[in-house]
Amino acid sequence: MTTHGQKQLGEVLVELRNVGKSYGRGDKYTEALRGINLTIREGEFVALLGPSGCGKSTLLRIIAGLIAASEGEVLYRGKPLRGVNPNTTIVFQSFALYPWLTVQENVEAALEPLGVPRLERTKRALKLIDHVGLDGFETAYPRELSGGMRQKVGFARAMAVEPELLCLDEPFSALDVLSAESLRGELMELWLGGGIPTKAILMVSHNIEEAVFMADRLVIMDKNPGHIVADLPNTLPHPRRRKEKAFLAMVDQVYGQIVGKTRPEAEELGSAPGEPGLTRALPPASISAISGMLERVNEELTNKIDIYRLADEFVNDYDEILPIIEAAELLGFASVEAGDLSLTPLGQAFAEGSIQARKEIFAARVKRVPMIRWILTMLKAQPEQRLSWDVFIAALSREFPLEVAERQLDTAVDWGRYAELFSYDNSDNAIFIEAEQPALQGARPPEN
Amino acid sequence: MEALRRKTIFATAQTETAYLGWADILILLGIAVAIYAGVQLAASAPLSLARAEIDLSPQVLPYYALRSIGRMAAAYVLSVLFSIVYGYFAARSRSAERVLLPVLDVLQSVPILSFLPVVVLSLTAILPQAIALELAAIVLIFTSQVWNMTYSFYQSLRTLPRELREAASVFRFNWWWRFRRVDLPFASIGLLWNSVMSWAGGWFFLMAAEIFTVGDKDFRLPGVGSYLQEAANANDTTAILYGILTLVLIVVLLDQLLWRPLLVWVQKFKIETVEDDNPPTSWFYELLSRSQIANALNQALIVAPIKALDRRLGRARRFEPAQQEQPLRWTQRLARLLALSLFALIVIALGIQLIELLLSVPLSEYGRILGGTLATALRVLVAMLIATAWTIPLGVLIGSSPRLANFLQPLVQIAASIPATAFFPLIVLVIVSNGISLNVAAVLLMLLGTQWYVLFNVIAGTTAIPKDLRDMTNLLRFKGWNRWRKLILPSLFPYLITGLITASGGAWNASIVAEYAEFGQQTYNVIGLGALISEATAQGDFGLLTAATLTMILVVVIINRYFWRRLYRLAAERYTME
Repeated sequence: MTTHGQKQLGEVLVELRNVGKSYGRGDKYTEALRGINLTIREGEFVALLGPSGCGKSTLLRIIAGLIAASEGEVLYRGKPLRGVNPNTTIVFQSFALYPWLTVQENVEAALEPLGVPRLERTKRALKLIDHVGLDGFETAYPRELSGGMRQKVGFARAMAVEPELLCLDEPFSALDVLSAESLRGELMELWLGGGIPTKAILMVSHNIEEAVFMADRLVIMDKNPGHIVADLPNTLPHPRRRKEKAFLAMVDQVYGQIVGKTRPEAEELGSAPGEPGLTRALPPASISAISGMLERVNEELTNKIDIYRLADEFVNDYDEILPIIEAAELLGFASVEAGDLSLTPLGQAFAEGSIQARKEIFAARVKRVPMIRWILTMLKAQPEQRLSWDVFIAALSREFPLEVAERQLDTAVDWGRYAELFSYDNSDNAIFIEAEQPALQGARPPEN
Repeated sequence: MEALRRKTIFATAQTETAYLGWADILILLGIAVAIYAGVQLAASAPLSLARAEIDLSPQVLPYYALRSIGRMAAAYVLSVLFSIVYGYFAARSRSAERVLLPVLDVLQSVPILSFLPVVVLSLTAILPQAIALELAAIVLIFTSQVWNMTYSFYQSLRTLPRELREAASVFRFNWWWRFRRVDLPFASIGLLWNSVMSWAGGWFFLMAAEIFTVGDKDFRLPGVGSYLQEAANANDTTAILYGILTLVLIVVLLDQLLWRPLLVWVQKFKIETVEDDNPPTSWFYELLSRSQIANALNQALIVAPIKALDRRLGRARRFEPAQQEQPLRWTQRLARLLALSLFALIVIALGIQLIELLLSVPLSEYGRILGGTLATALRVLVAMLIATAWTIPLGVLIGSSPRLANFLQPLVQIAASIPATAFFPLIVLVIVSNGISLNVAAVLLMLLGTQWYVLFNVIAGTTAIPKDLRDMTNLLRFKGWNRWRKLILPSLFPYLITGLITASGGAWNASIVAEYAEFGQQTYNVIGLGALISEATAQGDFGLLTAATLTMILVVVIINRYFWRRLYRLAAERYTME
């Protein structure tokens, strides 16, 4: 251990060489990961960050041996990995405790398959339970414990098998803010204090602050297909303080990497489905979330805000704010550079507009989004200006996995309805352009 | 609430398709061929079978009761084993799942009673008679118990949370630990509730399995069912009442001493991590858990053997290879191809003979089958309408008052477990002696056998109405019909459909006993598909039996696919609370 609490780097534990993962064949082919090269050494605490769907969890499971890679090599201590990696274990987001076993039985259950004799098993389990501060709760069932305490059992169980590499799959994201914070502190104490035989930690996280607080290396991924875009060392000395300038600068830098930079309009919009060029997936953002965010930025005198502050104020995890930012960029309401979000004049007009004015601004902009334009063109080509939901899904699933196609069409219908461009009929699952209804039009209050 | 849990647990197999695919047709053909093969065996059975005499004095009833319970228990053990094996295969292998699920779906619709003669006769052809009869009864009860349990186990395996499964891999549980620590505990609640239901169904068919005639062959096994039937034949009302009393006593005792305690115990395997505010209770369980002797027995007879198994089976350490399908070697492929073609050849050969058998049935008989199908369909419809009409008000009443539910629910459950077939002799005697049409009796019996599913589901649906929605309805002052139309009926709809699907399948099945009865050398029957099947059984007319049975399977499957499943889908899309 150095004076800063950083660990000395030792031998290579995990080595991924050009790893890829794909599912399905033919039309259903999807690529989850491509060209992943990653090395994890003894003494490292690595955090995996990236937007939803970038394959971080898949990568973690490949390293743990739960999923086999479809391409490339996965080496552990220089040997190819086959099956479940016996030197790793996972702490799960949902804790994955067996609700029918008590705290002690849950911890012991991890030792049973290893053939540890019963007395030894009990001794080790009790010691670990004591270690994580759950002394007195040995006979409690998980349902009697709070989320934070349950995850402590999760940690105790993981440590019981004394893994060399501890994999954490968003272990704190199902916890309340305070429990999460105290648990992070306790884990860091164990890790830095050398109280556990663990040689390295790999953590998937949705929370940039958490990653900067804990990890020594931040591996940032992006999607379509999942790949690594940056590998940043984090040399801030322990214990790290969240309000320090250097800490905030690091957080800002990571946000900058994840959010990227707004591209020129044509590039940002992409092409319509079926046309050449990359079809931009519609980010799943609701109108109210977009408006809320624009209003918040509009409160700033400079019409500009650090994205990490925005995330800090509204949500815990960055993957909740990313689609909203993406939508604002796509609609031309905001632009992103170096981790800052600034309103465009149009975005400002939207934020300040009345309900009706917002609808008009939104409608004008949303018509330029290729996906929406494409839907409108398809609908107008029909005599009744009506097409089944399934037709669109069929067309979209040529370029996107089914799930993504459905999510996008949901968003498109939501946006289209708000802009009063088209609507959706639940009874026959059809998207249609509404016929003008003079009576209703007349009844609408005059604007402003 | 208990009722709430039932909704998700008592699901019938719902595969995605709402039409008949080629797989279904293949399966139907397979079943047809199997029936035919059985019929062939049956025809070669020895002609003279000694009949066991059924004693009508009440002293023998405890012995008979034990014999009947023994049969039920044997069938139940078979059902559990079958469910676990079948469930594992269906849940673990994609290609197996594609075949096994539709098979399960069709088998659920098969009229069990039709198979009785086939099973008995084919078994007597190869086994000593006494054993064959017992086995046949057990097989019959098994087929009435097993399907919902199998489906429940399969569904549990499929819905096991992914991270629990992954944790098992990460901590390298071998098959034994996986089964004992993860799969079985997770499946246990569903399996147990379905066991309770299966026992109720088992009693229903036990009544018919213990005594029956095929052609001139008369089969009987000592038991409560044969006792009741013999009492009815002898027109001995006292004996009938004794028999019914015994049966009610068995059902109540089993409920109190076995199922209730188990249902309380199994609560510990619940996956929800919130406490239930109204868990099941059992005085007997309390008693057992306080008793030293029971504790010692539990240690010696249950805990110790499990620990021994742990030591034997839990040690073998297996590294679970990541799931990758190994390509088959050519020898394996060849073997598989050969086996498949051999199987296909047998199926084709039997199929041709089956068609010959079906062609040998005169056209006029097919006319009767058609007429009978329509008549039975009408009866099922009437039974379903009556069931809906009375269970909705009562179910809503029970479901909306926890106090009433606490009091009535156990009673209703016991009432549901008493097999309707036990009352049939009594009902027929009363109806015939008063000159009422047997049509009434037939509908009544269908109703007695199936209305409970509807009632349970209505109760579940009522308790599932969110409180906010109730409050809002009160604020809007919806009263009377408006309240029913706006709140209650739409909320009940999915539950009602679930209940009716099970009930109507059961009603078709029950028609076999409901439409045809033989008491004291007298035959009472009405026009119907079930009556035809019973008649064909009694006369040993295997051609008619096969044709009528296949018709029933086809009709039930088609009604399920084209009618119920569409309604179910509508219910799932439009009327679920999410």
